Amino acid sequence: MAEIRVQNLRKAFGAFVAVQDSNFVVEDGEFFVMLGPSGCGKTTTLRMIAGLELPTGGKILLGGEDVTMRRARERDIAFVFQLFALYPHMNVRKNIGFPLLAQGMPAAEIRQRVEETAKLLRIDHLLDKSVSGLAGGDRQRVALGRAIVRRPKCFLMDEPLGTLDTEFRDLMVHELRELHNRIHATTVYVTHDQMEAMSMADKIAVMNHGVIEQFGTPREIYDRPATMFVADFIGSPPMNFLKFGGGLAKGAKEIVVQGAKVAVPEVREDIAPADMALGIRPEHIRFDDGSKLRGAIYGTEYLGTTQIVAVETADGIIKARVPAGIHLSPGEQVGLALSSARLSLFDKGSGRAVRTAMHDQAAEARHG
Amino acid sequence: MSLTTAHSVVAPSSNAKLIAGTIIIAYALISIVPLLWIFATSFKTPPDSIAYPPKIVFQPSIEGYCNLFTTRTRQTPEYINALGPATGFCDETVRKRNMVIAGPSNFLPRFVNSLIIAFGSTFCAVFLGTLSAYGFSRFKVPLADDLLFFILSTRFMPPIAVAIPIYLMYRELGLSDTALGMILLYTAVNVSLAVWLLKGFIDEIPREYEEAAMIDGYTRLQAFWRTVLPQATTGIAATAIFCLIFAWNEYAFAALLTSGTAQTAPPFIPTIIGEGGQDWPAVAAGTTIFLVPILVFTILLRKQLLRGITFGAVRK
Repeated sequence: MAEIRVQNLRKAFGAFVAVQDSNFVVEDGEFFVMLGPSGCGKTTTLRMIAGLELPTGGKILLGGEDVTMRRARERDIAFVFQLFALYPHMNVRKNIGFPLLAQGMPAAEIRQRVEETAKLLRIDHLLDKSVSGLAGGDRQRVALGRAIVRRPKCFLMDEPLGTLDTEFRDLMVHELRELHNRIHATTVYVTHDQMEAMSMADKIAVMNHGVIEQFGTPREIYDRPATMFVADFIGSPPMNFLKFGGGLAKGAKEIVVQGAKVAVPEVREDIAPADMALGIRPEHIRFDDGSKLRGAIYGTEYLGTTQIVAVETADGIIKARVPAGIHLSPGEQVGLALSSARLSLFDKGSGRAVRTAMHDQAAEARHG
Repeated sequence: MSLTTAHSVVAPSSNAKLIAGTIIIAYALISIVPLLWIFATSFKTPPDSIAYPPKIVFQPSIEGYCNLFTTRTRQTPEYINALGPATGFCDETVRKRNMVIAGPSNFLPRFVNSLIIAFGSTFCAVFLGTLSAYGFSRFKVPLADDLLFFILSTRFMPPIAVAIPIYLMYRELGLSDTALGMILLYTAVNVSLAVWLLKGFIDEIPREYEEAAMIDGYTRLQAFWRTVLPQATTGIAATAIFCLIFAWNEYAFAALLTSGTAQTAPPFIPTIIGEGGQDWPAVAAGTTIFLVPILVFTILLRKQLLRGITFGAVRK
């Protein structure tokens, strides 16, 4: 196992830049997820780490070794494809043993390793079956088996759960994470599904248009999104934005939104007057008739323990997650109270988050 | 309630089935009659074969086959009587017509030539076609579209249009009347078909298979051999049959470029007519035997061919 270091990685297809100057480090044994909408460059980045695409610029280091221009087969990595790429003309045993055959390993040893791997994945009863008859989840396990049998430096997975049914998907998310906890393999996992990313990752990189928008733990990304894109992409329903104008001075603790004063975490930088946005997670909104920030109930979605309430304000609809017990009727006027300590501020022009007291805690947490 | 009966899109009505079945059977009969006639003629005696009205019921004989494989000379009855007892059925049959067997005919060597040239050129065309198709399918080939169009353009005219330049070229190169020359020629004609057909099939095979193999430690060529080829067998079989049928049946070039040692069966069979009258049973016998290899090959690969006709639509 090894760490993966990506430095200024860049890939252009003609005039189209798929990946722009990416930098990140996946530490040894970490489960790293690249998350983003389709076409954001996450798969291209993964394929460059694998050696299936050569970068236009930058460096890739595996375990401290520069492999940027090496062939895929010289990198000692394993790759799990979205469509699994199980060889249809081989049975399960041969599929799993295929990478070992390339190393010229003796047949008896291959047999033993394949059986160990199959046991680990609980597919030992399927070894002599044809892969074409397998169910989705079992195909996935065989593909994983083919990846782990070789004990490579790292695992690369390209939306491996993308084609599975929801039912299998939840099961496999759990299984993948459990497998990772057992073998501690450095893993790079690409997905567009935030649920998968949040539930499995040690670290997440959120990508958009070839740029890494944020790199951090799932908690950091959810609580302190670095950009409006991340705030909007993560969370279901996503973060609400309310616009406000004017500059911000270092030390400010209050802003004015729709005529109402809203307490925010203490601002840590000076911002020249510009269009700004206040970011609020749905669960950080409470109904409080005393609040000057007001809106009308637009609709509700009942989810069991909670409900999502859409509230029409002067600045469009915002969604609040409130306990299911509250009874609301459409058109009813409500006041909105916000959890001040959990609010984010963004510069609408660049989409960048403003540094506030919320980020101090992050810095402390990282150093402590 | 509505009076209309349920009309299913998937299950044809029994009437439709009947009509379709009738058309298919009629078409099959029309197609097979000439073949059956040739097969029947090959077992007729020469008089039966030219009888009028044509005989449908006749006493079968293998005289046609005897004549096909031998050359005979006409002798006087005295000479024939002076010979020892006939050594076999053919000998006996031939003597009844006041002839003796002088030796084997050229049919067998010509048939062998056909086998060597047709299978040889098919192998070359499919081999080259598979590799080029893979290249076009997987790599960024500069001017790929133009190259593919150029490859296809070699089939725009009938091959025989270039017969004279090829004839002159082959004479200069010493390739006239050689098996190598014919293999090269048929390969050149077929390779364009092979590239186009196989490119379609290989495009259908996801490249993840090779990528997985290359990540797992194989070279590209090994990955191609172990993952792409096994999945392209359907396409390869279909392509091989198309190439073989062309090379096996080709007449014009064979007649022009081969006359002796490398002559194939198609130009040879008509020459039987010249030897001692119009020996239709021998011609029919030659044609019948000529049909066998392609029939066997097609039957052996029919599963792949059937799937192949759908042009890679069925992959797994």
